[in-house]
Amino acid sequence: MPAVEIRSLAKSFGALRALDGVDLELARGEVLGLLGPNGAGKSTLVRSLIGRVRPDRGTIRLFGRDADAPGARDVIGYVPQEIALYPHLTPRENLAAFGRFQGLEGDALALAVERGLAFASLADRAHEPIESFSGGMKRRLNLAAGIPHAPRLVLLDEPTVGVDPQSRERIYGMIGELRAGGAAILYTTHYMEEAERLCDRVAVIDHGRVIAVGTRDELVRSTVGGGKELILDAVEAFPAEAATALAAEGALVERRRLRLATAAAPASAVARVLALCERHGVAVADLHLESPTLQSVFLHLTGRELRE
Amino acid sequence: MIGTVVRSAWIALRRDRAAVALSFVVPIVFFSIFALMFGGGQKSGVPRVDLIVVDEDGSEISRRLLAALAAEPALRPRAAPRARPGAPPAPLYDRAAAEAAVRAGEVPLALVVPRGFGDRPLTFARGAEGTPSLLLLADRADPIAPQVVQGLVQKVSFSALGDLFLAGGLEALDSWGAEFTGAQRERFDQMVAFLREQGGLRARSQEGADGAGMPIPVEVRDLTGEGKKSPLVTFYALGLGVMFLLFSAAGAGGALIEERESGTLDRLLSTRLTMGRLLTGKLLFLTSMGLAQITVMFVWGQLVFGVDLVGHLPGFLLMATTTALAASAFGLVLAAVCRTRKQLVAVSNLVILSISALGGSMFPRFLMPEAIQKVSLAAFNSWALEGFLDVFWREEAFHAALPEAAVLVLWAAVFFALALKIARGWERV
Repeated sequence: MPAVEIRSLAKSFGALRALDGVDLELARGEVLGLLGPNGAGKSTLVRSLIGRVRPDRGTIRLFGRDADAPGARDVIGYVPQEIALYPHLTPRENLAAFGRFQGLEGDALALAVERGLAFASLADRAHEPIESFSGGMKRRLNLAAGIPHAPRLVLLDEPTVGVDPQSRERIYGMIGELRAGGAAILYTTHYMEEAERLCDRVAVIDHGRVIAVGTRDELVRSTVGGGKELILDAVEAFPAEAATALAAEGALVERRRLRLATAAAPASAVARVLALCERHGVAVADLHLESPTLQSVFLHLTGRELRE
Repeated sequence: MIGTVVRSAWIALRRDRAAVALSFVVPIVFFSIFALMFGGGQKSGVPRVDLIVVDEDGSEISRRLLAALAAEPALRPRAAPRARPGAPPAPLYDRAAAEAAVRAGEVPLALVVPRGFGDRPLTFARGAEGTPSLLLLADRADPIAPQVVQGLVQKVSFSALGDLFLAGGLEALDSWGAEFTGAQRERFDQMVAFLREQGGLRARSQEGADGAGMPIPVEVRDLTGEGKKSPLVTFYALGLGVMFLLFSAAGAGGALIEERESGTLDRLLSTRLTMGRLLTGKLLFLTSMGLAQITVMFVWGQLVFGVDLVGHLPGFLLMATTTALAASAFGLVLAAVCRTRKQLVAVSNLVILSISALGGSMFPRFLMPEAIQKVSLAAFNSWALEGFLDVFWREEAFHAALPEAAVLVLWAAVFFALALKIARGWERV
């Protein structure tokens, strides 16, 4: 029985189809990355999971139970993208407040607060109002405040936005601890390297649909292939004729840059591309081979950079 | 360059609906409210004064005086409580019943014509000694009405009791040694008779004496301000206190909007906290804060301005708690209706200033035209003010304010249900 089982989930806001038949599973103890450009439907999907969006159709099951069944969502720990904390309260007071909202009392609450302070590495600042804290410290506390009840399912919405590299490493460590504790994690991010580093599998979402799911290697193989990727930068933008001819070879052409999955024979691909460039008068500024990344996968699947 | 500054400012204003509302709608609404209160609702510029009359004298002269007062368009006197349709007429007011009615705020004034008034009604010629004064029992919350009535008493005395003036004048001349011939006396008697006859007919005249000189002595007894060090300060402390509570509750209710904007609400509602519990918590917080604020304000009023808080503590606690409760629930409605802080500021300024004017925080309700007074009951803060006035102004017992307190609790329940309904609309989209 998976931690999350989403079937045919759809939601429209007026004419906008925010979710258009999403199917997705998250296994127990798994970290699933959710990748998608702005407006792809990530937030609507996460808000459907926490119950803030009422789907038009489809089902969500959490550990086998209908998400709308009484108490079914108690297993969720939600960490929003915003710093959703009380700025005039101390870390201890914030953790205690969110612990109480999760139904904790007495010793269980006290234990959760101490655990949260240690988890966020803020035990030494436990009695200071958080308004003067750095962005990284607030982010760590933001994460800790989402999980005082030791949830079995953690929804992390861009937990590292705007933090310095040191705090980011600490947050990665915190996510590692959650994973080691057996929690299933849905990890929404814009950062490909985070997804590659932290996630067991990645789901790519665009225009309200999950267009690919798998491990990094599976996604690479099924999209750009297992070989190297040829990257060629022209001095000027590709003329239309050249772009058409190169696209016929399977290349993605964007203004001055060309990408081509070379499969098992990079040398011949390089030769073909260079020949086409010469034929159409394209002056080459740079050419190199790269191992494919999730960025390549994303571009291949959506035709867009993730940040667009 | 300066032109660019001006143009940018106008564009920004035009695109900010809240600012546009504040800049243009608020003045129009206020103008309309005040125009309705002080003129739009009446042909005459002076509102009619409700007045109880008690004729202890029962003489022909007292009847003539009261009939002349009844004919004055600025007055609405009554000698008996209004009977329900079909019910037998109620007995006439006596002095005690009239005093009780003024204390209860049913009318601002009662005029008592004491026994013996008809024997010696005028100070004219004989001096004030031995002339029984009319007694005006007043609620000083309305500082204007007693002066209006005093002036009108003097005015009608000239028109309705002109014969007495002339007779008094002749008597005075006689006593000073003036010798009148028989023909002169006969002519004077005719004039006295003519004036007596004409007195009633001329009672409706708009011209006449303004009361200066007070030929009919009138003693004003302030029933509600008796024993108060600073009656007007008390009155305005109540009015401002209620208005302040409304602003305070609306501002603090804006925390709900901030939580929505900051994403904290998403997190809160992802926990076991429901919208009902969240709003209940907010309501209790706002109520306790409002209670603390108005308490501090009255303690200050007692220490510095002599407002008698300690002497009215139970009634104060009753009214302060229920007013804070209703104001808090109202603040939640405003916060639930508005999408941004900016909107909240605009809407709450407009609504709170309007209902404060209507409800009597700025001007006593009894100074308003009757129709507006009735409409003002729809402003829940008017009940708060009435309850506070019962306690602090009319010096009534604790339980006298219970009906107003009950109405406020009812308003609070309605407001809370409304806020919850609206908030649940954005709890799950």
